[in-house]
Amino acid sequence: MRSGIICIGVCVFAALTGCSREKKRLRPQPASVIVFGAAARESQLQPAGQATEPHVINPSEGNAQDISDGERLFAQYNCTGCHANGGGAIGPPLIKKTWIYGGEPENIFDTIVKGRPNGMPSWGEKIPEYQIWKIVAWVRAMNKEEPRAATPERPDGLEQDSGTILGSHEKRVGK
Amino acid sequence: MKRLWLLVLLAALTGCAPGPQSAMNAGGPEAHVIADLMRNFTILLGVIFLIVIGLALAALGTRRHRGMETLAPSPDREAKLTRIVGAASVLTTVILLGLIVISVSAGKALSDRSMPRNALTIEVTASQWWWYVRYLNDDASQIIVTANEIHIPVGRPVMIRGTSQDVIHSFWVPGLSGKRDLIPSRVTTVWFQAERPGRFRGQCAEFCGLQHAHMALWVVAEDEAAFEKWRAAQLQDAHEPSTDSERNGQQVFLGSECVLCHTIRGTAAHGQVAPDLTHIASRLSLAAGTLANNRGNLAGWISDPQSIKPGNHMATVPLEPDQLQSLLDYVGSLQ
Repeated sequence: MRSGIICIGVCVFAALTGCSREKKRLRPQPASVIVFGAAARESQLQPAGQATEPHVINPSEGNAQDISDGERLFAQYNCTGCHANGGGAIGPPLIKKTWIYGGEPENIFDTIVKGRPNGMPSWGEKIPEYQIWKIVAWVRAMNKEEPRAATPERPDGLEQDSGTILGSHEKRVGK
Repeated sequence: MKRLWLLVLLAALTGCAPGPQSAMNAGGPEAHVIADLMRNFTILLGVIFLIVIGLALAALGTRRHRGMETLAPSPDREAKLTRIVGAASVLTTVILLGLIVISVSAGKALSDRSMPRNALTIEVTASQWWWYVRYLNDDASQIIVTANEIHIPVGRPVMIRGTSQDVIHSFWVPGLSGKRDLIPSRVTTVWFQAERPGRFRGQCAEFCGLQHAHMALWVVAEDEAAFEKWRAAQLQDAHEPSTDSERNGQQVFLGSECVLCHTIRGTAAHGQVAPDLTHIASRLSLAAGTLANNRGNLAGWISDPQSIKPGNHMATVPLEPDQLQSLLDYVGSLQ
């Protein structure tokens, strides 16, 4: 009996050593992950046929620390001034089903860097690229597009009546 | 051999000279209250400690009387011992109560203050990991905004109205006052007054994250004339760039990431996220007391803030060498 308990204890202890902590990245990621050009394509027509879609990796994707940094930056750079906490105010909501300019990480990155007509300023060269990726990760997290384990809870009050990502999520699951 | 050890101990004691951040180096009435309290406690409790240890050693050294081998109870001896133990217990209680009284009255003396007419009110907002400082004034044009450095006139009471923007911090300038926690969405106050000119270093005294240890500030006490001069200079807008390099530097500043977080009054930079740089070159330190303020440190800090204060919120901005040199010329000119 007693040796059994000790055995379980040892096993639990051994299992704990597997709990690695997410690394906190203090320095910006190298610029090689920045794909800026192909992802910004605004026409599907291409001379000499369709190229394969560029594969863009957001270096902050799924990183809890970066997503939480993104939340802080979102407030500090006054994104909240127009988009409120994602629910939208004088700017469009960011928690949604339909994206005017695309909802993939590279599209959101483009939107932030280039700005969009009718009010969205161009933030390129004013926000460092690695921070833009963090903000992208946070915008995706607001839409529950980031891994649940890395995402802070979103206040229920922020969900829109229609077009919430929950709806589209159900649809995806339904498929 | 014994003497040698004593000499070594004595030499070690000389290392205890109070620096700019020491409660033993009291620079004002509030700090004296705290320093006196500490001294009284230390002396009284030190004496008691020596007495107790002395008695214990004496008891250890006493030889047993011949007749005591049997440990036979003797009524006389018993009564005497009871009296001694009783008296010691009463004395201990009285001393402890006395310590409570002097401790509480010292705390009361520090906090019980009415607002004197000539008091200076300074708002201090702590953030990870720096101090936003604003000199309040009924006349809005006289409000000074700075960071990580507080100038005060000697002999005038100062009230710090402190709060925090993120987590709980604690404002502590040991040479001038006790600690006061700065709590998000609450205002706490602390009073102090400097009785002599000097520089007092302060430090965040509540663990607040990665760079808690690098969250310091300087309080510079100076005579009224010097303070007024400083105040007048701080009220000015930033120095206009006067050379080509400074002009380029200003363009680098306004055209890059710097401008989103920092304010330089008199330019288009109005960021509210990070320290106001309008008069950065006049300050003693960079990065909240982490580095001395000089060109080399500034260059290092701008080029790679994450190696100096890992985890701090300053963005790493890639700059070309000539851009950096111009920027250093410009920022260094912001007296």
